[in-house]
Amino acid sequence: MYSGKILEIDLTKEKKIVKALGKEYIKEYLGGLGLAIRLVNDYISPKMDPFHPDNALVVTTSPTSGLPVPGGWGCVFASRSPLTFGMGASVCFGSFAANMKRAGYDAIVIKGRSEKPVYLWVDGEDVTFEDARDLWGKSPQRTAETIKKDLADDSISVAAIGLAGELLARVACILTDQIKVSGKMGLGAVQGSKNLKAIAIRGDDSVRVAHVQEFENFCREALLMTRGSTAVKCYREDFQTEKTIVKDRVWTTIFEPAVKYRDPGIINDLLVLNNLGCLPTRNFTAGLFESAEEICRDLKRLVKKVDACSPCSIGCQHLAVLKDISIYLDYGSVWAFGPNCGIESVDAIMRAINLCNYFGMDPVSVGNAVGFVMECYEKGIMNYIDIGGLHLKFGNDKDMLELVREIGERKGLGNLLAEGVRIAAQGIGKNVETLAVHIKGLEMTGYDLRGLKTAALSFAVSFRDACYDGQGAYLFDIKGISNRFSAAKGKGKLVKDLEDIFAVMDSISTCKVFAGAYGFEELATLYSIITGAKISPRELKICGEKINDLARIFNLRAGFRGYDDNLPIKFIQNPMPEGPSKGCIITIGEMQMLLKDYYEERGWTEDGLPTKV
Amino acid sequence: MRMMENVGGKRSKYKFVDVDPSRCIACGICELVCSFEKNEKKSFNPLYSRIKVVRLNGTNMAIACRVCEDAPCVKACPRNALMQSEDNGVIIVNKYKCTGCGWCLMVCDFGSIVLTEEGIAATCDLCVEREKSRVFPGRRMVQQACIEWCPEEALSLVNRHELPKKTLRETIAKLAVSET
Repeated sequence: MYSGKILEIDLTKEKKIVKALGKEYIKEYLGGLGLAIRLVNDYISPKMDPFHPDNALVVTTSPTSGLPVPGGWGCVFASRSPLTFGMGASVCFGSFAANMKRAGYDAIVIKGRSEKPVYLWVDGEDVTFEDARDLWGKSPQRTAETIKKDLADDSISVAAIGLAGELLARVACILTDQIKVSGKMGLGAVQGSKNLKAIAIRGDDSVRVAHVQEFENFCREALLMTRGSTAVKCYREDFQTEKTIVKDRVWTTIFEPAVKYRDPGIINDLLVLNNLGCLPTRNFTAGLFESAEEICRDLKRLVKKVDACSPCSIGCQHLAVLKDISIYLDYGSVWAFGPNCGIESVDAIMRAINLCNYFGMDPVSVGNAVGFVMECYEKGIMNYIDIGGLHLKFGNDKDMLELVREIGERKGLGNLLAEGVRIAAQGIGKNVETLAVHIKGLEMTGYDLRGLKTAALSFAVSFRDACYDGQGAYLFDIKGISNRFSAAKGKGKLVKDLEDIFAVMDSISTCKVFAGAYGFEELATLYSIITGAKISPRELKICGEKINDLARIFNLRAGFRGYDDNLPIKFIQNPMPEGPSKGCIITIGEMQMLLKDYYEERGWTEDGLPTKV
Repeated sequence: MRMMENVGGKRSKYKFVDVDPSRCIACGICELVCSFEKNEKKSFNPLYSRIKVVRLNGTNMAIACRVCEDAPCVKACPRNALMQSEDNGVIIVNKYKCTGCGWCLMVCDFGSIVLTEEGIAATCDLCVEREKSRVFPGRRMVQQACIEWCPEEALSLVNRHELPKKTLRETIAKLAVSET
């Protein structure tokens, strides 16, 4: 259900207004990501300076929030990204969306800039601006703990930034539920530019659905299909009885991913990609990392417990504990400080991720930047004086950790790297831009696209640029559904269809780990059952297309052009040196083929402009 | 005021909903379905749920009323609005006497007693009026909504006195495996 309300906050005047959310918006944009993109278009001029008080931070919840839908409760933070200068939209799960829904808001839009550090306390209808001067400088975790203690309620959700966001580091992010990275693409800095330390929210309303009995049946079906632990048991012990109950399609598309995400978890990608020779190693100079298996094995041993972040039956959040450090294992983060930096020690990897959580920074952006500096050092382009006394060879974990700390505090070279790898490379000069691996300013994550050409297209055109959130196309390459070495026609449709359904999943929302479980049929049914509004699978797909088009339009108005749908120079000029993907490269001709295919599928012009608005 | 009697007979057989922390993934589905079940308006709100999920760094648990041998909530009520059923030990609240003062909420060590939307104290009643059903084939039909819906089979009805035996059995089983 929708509350039909947007909470508008003016931090400059410390005022709030509650506005109505139009029914047409709901029908066209659904909620979550779609609604966030719409509101960014409405409230923010595409040329707005991301750190200007007039820039807005948009937070949206979605129809599944607060309901026991497996994989539900998506929450989206969005703004004009200070890292890419385009649409910055980041999806996260957990309790924030549920509290927002129960507080009675479909969206919160925060504009202005507070005179002094504050945190926003949204307690249902009551909204106050609380003094956050004592919290300024503290980690997001400490901030959340303190706020919950002060307000004497553990059920409050807090979205907070750390020191990096306060210092306007473009790699800064927002963290919810203490250690969940949300607000990637520099949204932490947008929040910091507003002197907004945190958003605390609590809601007491009950959440209803339109069709109660159908909803109960839907949840029963969904739970039946997606139980992580049962899936693992079945997979391992080959329970024939369970297999006959579950339809064949479900077995391969659902239980297999449930197994993947439950045991051993998201970090399994390290092994899968390594086996294909596409695990980016040492700043994308190679596709094989000799210690990939060791890292996986060592991390698995440290997993203390498995959590589900929302009412989810898969449970993919593996909490690894090493002495006083606890982190939820995530592929991108582990890749960024592991293979990307040539580091095999899980102690160092976990410490690096923990530092990122402490300062409130996106581990992928930071790890990528560190790997980039390591390559500059190894090639003799930078020496230890340039890096403030650090000898940043690949694999030097001690100095790597020191650099990460400097980025968080914006000291030494860290001050420049905090701007992200694109700006840092420009700042260093000496032609190092060819070594920086990013797409439209967002640091590339752990997939070597030279040997994964469907993924290559997907990353090149994604409105969220190189963000792992929006991707999944690498699965086509890995599973052999599409030839990963070829740029032949067909990939455009695969990528478009994936983007369409992902946009809808992020709007209704259901976690993309459930990508096999929920098709347009199931999502349309779910949406109708919850909201009472009938929608067909076809109409839902059109919503997905519209959402993608609208994000594209914002980016174009922000200054992007078709030629920005491009890949890092390394992928175009340097063939893979060794392994199963040896010799792989993506030529400019292949890029043009892939883009042409995709633009045609989207109905865009040759230059990648949407024709219908 | 109830006095603590010598345990034995019926009271030692009281059952309550207990969690296996090694299985609980803190998904919160039990919390949501409990509020749905107990709420006439069929809505979802953890505030009214009689089972609560706690997620800590080291462990996850879901706790419902443990039908204490000597229930503090019953003793605490200034109006004697609470009593413990002789049959199954569940706490029964007299809604005509209950003022919603929340004193019993404060004394419960487990936060298991809540105030309903009507402002009356309430706690887990083992879903005694509910039809038995099951979400997952291969499992037994159960009355309790939380036990039925838990995707991890982390919840079950236990008797307090069985707990040490259960733990002992599990420990011995591990030893037996390592010996062979």
